[in-house]
Amino acid sequence: MKKGLIITLLVVMLAPMMLFAAGSKESVKEGVTEIVYWQYFYETKKVLMDELIKIFEARNPDIKVVHQTFPYENYNTKVASSVPSGEGPNVINLFYGWLPLYIDSGYLQPLPTDAFPNNRIEDEFFPLVEAAKFDGKYYALPTAVRSLALFWNKDLFKAAGLDPERPPQTNEEMIAMAKKIAQLDRNGNYLQAGMTVELRGQMHHFLREVLIRQFGGTPYSSDDRSVTYNSQAGYDALKWMTDLEQVHKVGMPQFMTDDVTAFSAGKMGMTIDGSFRLGNFDALKDSLNYGVTELPSMNGVKSNFASFWANGITSTTKGKELEASVKFLDFLTSDEVMAMWLPAIGELPAKKALALKDEFKNNPKYGPFIRGLDYAHATKFIDEDGQRIVWIDAYDEVVLNNKSVRQAVDEIARKEQAIIDEYYKNR
Amino acid sequence: MGTYSVERTKRRWAYIFLALPIVFYVAIRFYPSLFAFYLSFTDWNIVSVKKNFVGMDNYSKLIADPLFWKTLGNTFKYVLWGLPISLLLGFILAYNIDRISFGEGFYKAIYFIPYITSMVAVAWVWRWLYQPVPVGVFNNILSALGLPTQAFLQSTTQALPSILATTIWADLGFQMIIFLAGIKAISPSLLEAARIDGATERQLLWFVTLPQLKATTVFLVVTGTIRYLRIFTQVMNMTFQGEGGPLNSTKPLVLHIYNNAFKSFKLGYASAMTVVLFLIILVVTLVQMRITNHEA
Repeated sequence: MKKGLIITLLVVMLAPMMLFAAGSKESVKEGVTEIVYWQYFYETKKVLMDELIKIFEARNPDIKVVHQTFPYENYNTKVASSVPSGEGPNVINLFYGWLPLYIDSGYLQPLPTDAFPNNRIEDEFFPLVEAAKFDGKYYALPTAVRSLALFWNKDLFKAAGLDPERPPQTNEEMIAMAKKIAQLDRNGNYLQAGMTVELRGQMHHFLREVLIRQFGGTPYSSDDRSVTYNSQAGYDALKWMTDLEQVHKVGMPQFMTDDVTAFSAGKMGMTIDGSFRLGNFDALKDSLNYGVTELPSMNGVKSNFASFWANGITSTTKGKELEASVKFLDFLTSDEVMAMWLPAIGELPAKKALALKDEFKNNPKYGPFIRGLDYAHATKFIDEDGQRIVWIDAYDEVVLNNKSVRQAVDEIARKEQAIIDEYYKNR
Repeated sequence: MGTYSVERTKRRWAYIFLALPIVFYVAIRFYPSLFAFYLSFTDWNIVSVKKNFVGMDNYSKLIADPLFWKTLGNTFKYVLWGLPISLLLGFILAYNIDRISFGEGFYKAIYFIPYITSMVAVAWVWRWLYQPVPVGVFNNILSALGLPTQAFLQSTTQALPSILATTIWADLGFQMIIFLAGIKAISPSLLEAARIDGATERQLLWFVTLPQLKATTVFLVVTGTIRYLRIFTQVMNMTFQGEGGPLNSTKPLVLHIYNNAFKSFKLGYASAMTVVLFLIILVVTLVQMRITNHEA
């Protein structure tokens, strides 16, 4: 008893000294390498990750993974403050849209090509993972990806005299159905919306990566360095969007504050949202009778937007820690983990072969999202917030300030190009 | 000898007590402020280890940034509209509460409660009040009366006044309480003397009460200006995800700084704007303090 106490005290006293002496986070126990994993706090993700770490450690007794989470709101600030102090993670979970910032700052190292060769990544993963590739090198890999799909309220369909089991297949059908569902009072106020017009939600992705392509354009050049939507396709796409409110009168932005609230309350016929929203809507299944389907096509074109959180290795990780981190990352991107991730988190497997298995692909809830991944694009964001706001502004310029769509789109193309240029000017 | 040492001990303790807040101020206030000055000359992006010195780049960028001028203009709109209106209403409330003999405490409490309520809570409640039908109470009332509904927060012209109305409503209690204290402090003999000289109620107000409240007013103007210059919480919570929209029509400078720093990670540029805001507040305060000193 006494002996144990003395040993504990000795360890407590010596441990920090050894840490300082070694100048690194070498583990106390002989032969065990300790690595630190960071992700933002999300209840189900934390619980699953703890479980996964147990499995990983059982298989790799010489590695110990310390799992730390931080609130989403100050995740970047937390990461930032860890840099000067030299403390911080070995493996870190980042939103793909933040990668340019972190890579540029030298925070991440390229994934070792012997463990993660480019051709294997490109064979196995969905092509959208290329958003994590910079200067020909991959810096991070996701466990799971998210895409968009159309949610429709079956009860509102029935009430509007539509077949509740037949969602729209094309954009034209979607508008026609939305018109039947939308209800306005005699002063023109919406009592019920036909569909979402919420660029502040997911619709800016829909506009950028889906509508513009459906109108025959592309949002960006193939090297992602130039805005290319200041074209007829871009004008048509914005007009399609503003027409929803101005011509078809099927909805308005911020109806009931946002589309998630409106759809949850059963006051919106159709919404376009990500797989991560299934959890919110499922929690309301007593009052919300809804279905999920692939995004409608237009002019024969199907498109989708996908995004992901990816795991990268920090540039200060070296030697044994690097070896352990690579092993851990390999585990996190294994089929086994991906298959556990889908039911627990609601995010889709990042590897094609696995996602397209019949049991996932034909799942009534996840299936439409997975099928959408096949033709999805992940925008290579530099500054996601700034690049989102421009589309919100373009819409408002047309609807509130009566600007022409051409003028509005040309203006925001200049603004967004400036954001992109500023990032690439030093590269 | 004995008293001397007691005095010395006392003094030493006084210094120790004074030192604590100084340590706090230096660590929490002065150091970050000076650091912000330094950052404003760098291109720091919050994550990078490197802070490259870029000289006056951030400042020249700021001069060329139309959004900076727009948000600065919005900030002054908040100050120039919000402050006079809240002062005027605060005074009217205080003046009238002072004249009633029954229920003074009740009225004081009613008007003061918004001031001590969390601004985030106030902002969200008002955001809901301003919603279009079927959610927003204001529009539901308008609609029920057969009047045209208003866009409020979703209009480029009405959004700023709407947010300002909320701010003034919340701010009123503070102005009212301070004015009331000022009014109560006016010596009754002054008013008495004026009455004996045959002054009317209006003359009492103009020639006795208001001049006596000069110090109070200057205090409220100084603190109010600083408060309105730093307006943030309301706009952050009353516009979607704190965008300060629509079309930046409600975005104050502080929100622009915040978005640059913590959403776009341009810490260097955000610091430059912070320095400018600091200088504006400094100048305004110095000018107002000078006026106070002259009057006093």
